Amino acid sequence: MDWQSVRLSIELATLTTVILLALGIPLASWLAFTRKRWAAPIEALVALPLVLPPTVLGYYLLVAMGAQSPLGRWWIDLTGAPLAFSFTGLLIASVLYSLPFAVQPLVASFSAVDTRLVEASNVLGRRWPTTLMRVVLPLSRPGLATAAVLTFAHTIGEFGVVLMVGGNIPGVTRTVSIDIYDDVQAFDYGAAGRTSLALLMFSLVVLVAVYSLRRRSARTWAM
Amino acid sequence: MKISRPILLGTVLACLAATSAGCGAPAANQVAVAAASDLRYALEPIIAAVEADYPDYDIAVTYGSSGQFVQQIDNGAPFDLYLSADIAYPRELIAQGHGSTDDLFAYALGRLVLWVPTGSPLDPTQGLDVLLAADRVAIANPQHAPYGQAAVAALTSAGIYDEIQPHLVLGENVAQAMEFVTSGNADVGIVALSLALSEPLQGRGTWWEVPQSAFPRLEQGGLVLTDSPGAQALREALVGAEGRQTLARFGFGLPED
Repeated sequence: MDWQSVRLSIELATLTTVILLALGIPLASWLAFTRKRWAAPIEALVALPLVLPPTVLGYYLLVAMGAQSPLGRWWIDLTGAPLAFSFTGLLIASVLYSLPFAVQPLVASFSAVDTRLVEASNVLGRRWPTTLMRVVLPLSRPGLATAAVLTFAHTIGEFGVVLMVGGNIPGVTRTVSIDIYDDVQAFDYGAAGRTSLALLMFSLVVLVAVYSLRRRSARTWAM
Repeated sequence: MKISRPILLGTVLACLAATSAGCGAPAANQVAVAAASDLRYALEPIIAAVEADYPDYDIAVTYGSSGQFVQQIDNGAPFDLYLSADIAYPRELIAQGHGSTDDLFAYALGRLVLWVPTGSPLDPTQGLDVLLAADRVAIANPQHAPYGQAAVAALTSAGIYDEIQPHLVLGENVAQAMEFVTSGNADVGIVALSLALSEPLQGRGTWWEVPQSAFPRLEQGGLVLTDSPGAQALREALVGAEGRQTLARFGFGLPED
């Protein structure tokens, strides 16, 4: 097994999870409690990566990050290096690609919080950020854990987008899923088999964790 | 809502009937070709000529990296003809029991170029040393793409592989490597001349040919995998006078060069 690509995937997934929780909590709390009509299109935008082929995202990212696009040129002027084929580029792709996996469980679990508790906090003069931190989030712990675990796992499993904008650079963009693909193309079935088995076990453990959390939270609500 | 149900059912049945009729059509003249991605443009006129001579042949091509196809064919991919950018791969397939040496043929010689987009500060005519000034150099994945292996060999023979290696970005095949450069994500590519000469890239870049002596001969070889007459016809067209002319026009050398 290529530990460099394993480590890279774990780094990518961890950073993606941290960023998506930081962005996802405010976004999900707005989506869960707002009555604005344009919340629906925003929710649809968030869900897009679920239904879009990764190649669509890959194509747009490749074009947007290229030196011919204003965004790509701006980034090159800023940092001196293009965004494609870099870890940062991959991180941006992962954040977009895993967005619904963070936001949707959060919205579901925020929506399940008893509105009377939220209203009580409002009536007692707490501002929204305080209510979110002290009332909504503590009651949504299983949802937070589900969002984090799913985001992490989905990023580990990312393949199509990485293939299109990664450029397969060891230690920078060669993630574990690309590593398996390369091993298969190079007839190294032994290595591909070992890495695949490790990922299979990992995914199974993740899903068992998610469903255990879900069962536990269902019991909490029943009480 | 009540009316829409029979209509829906009717549509579904009509579609099913249409699909099964499609399935019932004779499939014997369908020819599935696996071709190295450097052939993407050169192959089209050759296929068009074959299909003009034999209107009942329906030739469908899948483009990819040559090594990738060995792997797919060995796992039962239903291709009738395999056109590799490196004759070593079809030889490997014969050793694995797919086809015989009678089915093997050389049809072209791959030519390698440095390609930079128009307006780039890099001047490819300075030769391989220009790569030292590049931030990102796109090549095909040398693990399974012959042009990638040729590029690595050229860099090694120029003695600059170690310096360039950290700047390499790998495409899945030579066409993706080219695409990394044309989209402006890599500065320069070490790619196939046949792609540099292709219609969509006309006037979009400048190139310099890497001398043939800088890398092992990139002899392109094909293998007929089934007794499909269409595959046989395409083989003959590729090695025939007209096919050779087309290949030469699209930037390939000829096998005896």
